Amino acid sequence: MLLRHTSKEVKEREGLTINPAKTCQPIGAMYAALGIHGCLPHSHGSQGCCSYHRSTLTRHYKEPVMAATSSFTEGASVFGGQANLLAAIETIFSVYDPDIIAVHSTCLSETIGDDLQQITRKAKDDGKVPEGKYVIFASTPSFIGSHVTGYANMVTGIATQFAVSTGVKKHQFNIIAGWMEPSDMREIKRLSKELGVKIVLFPDTSDVLDAPQTGKHEFYPKGGTTVAELQSAGDSISSLALGAISAEPAAIALEKSCKVAFETLDMPIGLSATDRFIMALSQVAGVKVPDEITAERGRLVDVMADMEQYLYGKRVALFGDPDQLLPLTEFLLDLNMKPVHIVSGTPGQRFEKQMRQLLDARSPETKFRNGLQADMFLLHQWMKNEPVDLLIGNTYGKYIARDEDVPFIRFGFPILDRIGHSYFPNVGYSGGLRLVEKLLNAVMDRQDRDALEEKFELVM
Amino acid sequence: MEQITILEGRQKQIFEKKKGVSQPDIACDTSSLSGSVSQRACVFCGSRVVLYPIADAIHVVHGPIGCAAYTWDIRGAVSSGPELHRLSFSTDLQEMDVIYGGEKKLYHSLIELIEQYKPKAAFIYSTCIVGLIGDDIDAVCKKVAKECGIPVLPVHSEGFKGTKKDGYKAACHALMKLIGTGSTEEISKYSINILGEFNLAGEAWIIRQYYEKMGIEVVATLTGDGRIDAVRRAHGATLNVVQCSGSMTWLAKEMEEKYGIPYIRVSYFGIEDMSKSLYDVAKYFPDRPDIMDAAKQVVSEEVKTLYPSLQKFKKALTGKKAAIYVGGAFKTFSLIKALRSIGMSVVLAGSQTGNKDDYARLKEMCDEGTVIVDDSNPVELSKFILEKEADLLIGGVKERPIAFKLGIGFCDHNHERKIPLAGFIGMYNFALEVYQSVMSPVWQFAPRKGGTL
Repeated sequence: MLLRHTSKEVKEREGLTINPAKTCQPIGAMYAALGIHGCLPHSHGSQGCCSYHRSTLTRHYKEPVMAATSSFTEGASVFGGQANLLAAIETIFSVYDPDIIAVHSTCLSETIGDDLQQITRKAKDDGKVPEGKYVIFASTPSFIGSHVTGYANMVTGIATQFAVSTGVKKHQFNIIAGWMEPSDMREIKRLSKELGVKIVLFPDTSDVLDAPQTGKHEFYPKGGTTVAELQSAGDSISSLALGAISAEPAAIALEKSCKVAFETLDMPIGLSATDRFIMALSQVAGVKVPDEITAERGRLVDVMADMEQYLYGKRVALFGDPDQLLPLTEFLLDLNMKPVHIVSGTPGQRFEKQMRQLLDARSPETKFRNGLQADMFLLHQWMKNEPVDLLIGNTYGKYIARDEDVPFIRFGFPILDRIGHSYFPNVGYSGGLRLVEKLLNAVMDRQDRDALEEKFELVM
Repeated sequence: MEQITILEGRQKQIFEKKKGVSQPDIACDTSSLSGSVSQRACVFCGSRVVLYPIADAIHVVHGPIGCAAYTWDIRGAVSSGPELHRLSFSTDLQEMDVIYGGEKKLYHSLIELIEQYKPKAAFIYSTCIVGLIGDDIDAVCKKVAKECGIPVLPVHSEGFKGTKKDGYKAACHALMKLIGTGSTEEISKYSINILGEFNLAGEAWIIRQYYEKMGIEVVATLTGDGRIDAVRRAHGATLNVVQCSGSMTWLAKEMEEKYGIPYIRVSYFGIEDMSKSLYDVAKYFPDRPDIMDAAKQVVSEEVKTLYPSLQKFKKALTGKKAAIYVGGAFKTFSLIKALRSIGMSVVLAGSQTGNKDDYARLKEMCDEGTVIVDDSNPVELSKFILEKEADLLIGGVKERPIAFKLGIGFCDHNHERKIPLAGFIGMYNFALEVYQSVMSPVWQFAPRKGGTL
């Protein structure tokens, strides 16, 4: 009854957001920067921003998350943050000794008009950046877009500020990861290896945010895309961007700066999107899909066939981020389930159009909203009016799930109360298998719980 | 041992207690250096945590979405009734609002919210950006208060305007506006307010019960399991009992000045400090010796069962070493004593927000060789933990995984505690948690403190 105040009647709100289905840009930039080897993310703003982002990422990954802050004071916000950032760059290199500092802005530094490009250039000109070290940046104002936008902006910054075109192509392909988990990035690398395709994956948070216990606190864990790999991305034959919102902007920038052609795909979540990913990669690289991958696919299809009767027609509400929601919705439809309500706090017409297209073709009556006031309160109201059998989304869904007594699957960011997302992928056929298992467990556990005694079945 | 450089300019915020060496005072109360991986937060954070437990008010964050998203129900400050405080309300400021101002949006949001939730009051937090674009939130609050007939209180918590402590003060400032607006009729002469107790995992309930057993009336708990009506009549209490010195001393001083209510500082952690906090209150009412008798009764009853139950832990933990890095310094004092009572010594003690007096006292309390730090960072913490061979780290959310990577035990003494650590039962819980973590079988499988398997 935590949300006992949620009313059934939906009213248009003028300004208010209740229980957001998004957060702000800088945390996405921080997450993306952690996927570069030897990189220390730097938050150019008040101390609180950095602290909140580190805490949230720590709660999500149960890992130490290192990032520095410009520690804005009243003076900095009057006179500009240049002095703070220059001082920060100097202390960071002398004390924390990263290979790279990835600076992102905040609402504060954006509003006072700090120009990160100019300040980071000045740092280089003034000799504050040691030989062989780098400072990159991304503008991530919190009052535009969402955490996903911040991720996209930092990935774009990584692509444009490292990749160089030497004029000689390398037989390798860039895979630009949309916002996905370390486990997903590890799986993308495994699939590419199975296919025999040499890739440069960035960013790559595997072996950073799923680091093993070693008895040491590694300030810069062993994972992350290296500078050499990032530089060579400018010579790759082409790029695959996994996610229109979180990955494509970087691919576009790379095409512009280094003339690397690109193709945008959905994140490979579920059967159809994984098919498209495998086919695209095998086609651009001119390789045959190996039997092992075909067998993986076969196993997923086999389970989908075996268990279809339990998932058929199940009504689902889901919320989260665009690049995940799109292929997830498609997968639910492939499983013969019924997405009933879809909400994302991330604004954007591109996503709206893509989702509408998918829904118009296969589930026109689905309620869908993104952007302002597309929050968890609205989703809850929709669920009160048109109940569902299952809720899918990040940890904040647990309140609604409890109030409405609906089975709940954790999916997305952040997940603050369970583990697994760091270690077991959602992408690829094996990720699809894991999702089907989760869906079935949720639905069948409920069926068992609610079954009348005479209908309580041993064999399902 | 690999030497790790201390951040330049940080030397003054660290020292090691050594015999016969006179040492300068530790530098504190300063803002963090630019470029440090500080564990600190901002002004907004300070205000948000102090007011958050008031459960029948709405807490509206005026700013871009992040500030509201990151503070949505992250502290287990439990309520016995309404739970409005656990919802997240934001004006979700957009680029256009930044250009043209967000006052209108705030006004509409408040009207919508108050209509929807019918709260007893509303707190409006300003964030960094509101301080820059110059929204007059005081005026908006006044207008809405008038139209809706409830207190609508601005909290000036722009993130960059100081440290977390300034945020505490901004929160107390809002509380002061409420205090004194309720009726004090029927409040006993033998009454107190509990200040700086946030009812994490239900701790305020435990403390309140002890005082009530002594025959003391608790007028208001600020702010654990808080209610607006209770805050409004808090000026009717005879004595303010202040825990968490950092957050509430300012309020206690203001109440002393305005209403003539004296205050005492207490701590509810550990047997010694917990007992003292009951005796100190009893001492304040010398005309009622029965109150002191009842306090003694409470202590003796509790200790009679607690003391023997601690011995198992003490036996296992004797000789183990602890590192403490928490928000406020006052808590550190109690933790040192509590750890000693289960046989453990403290090799590193520090806080995010301690002041000069706190650190002087800390220096006095600590053993030779103990490292004392203000506003530390992960590099320093790891360095000292390894050098001093600590077996346990007591800290908050960002420190937990560092401890586990180093292969030592951890206890969350911050807002992510899941069980009450205050009171006599809290001491048992604390010892159990420390014991479980330090003695966990998992450490048989993990390299410890940089070692190999």
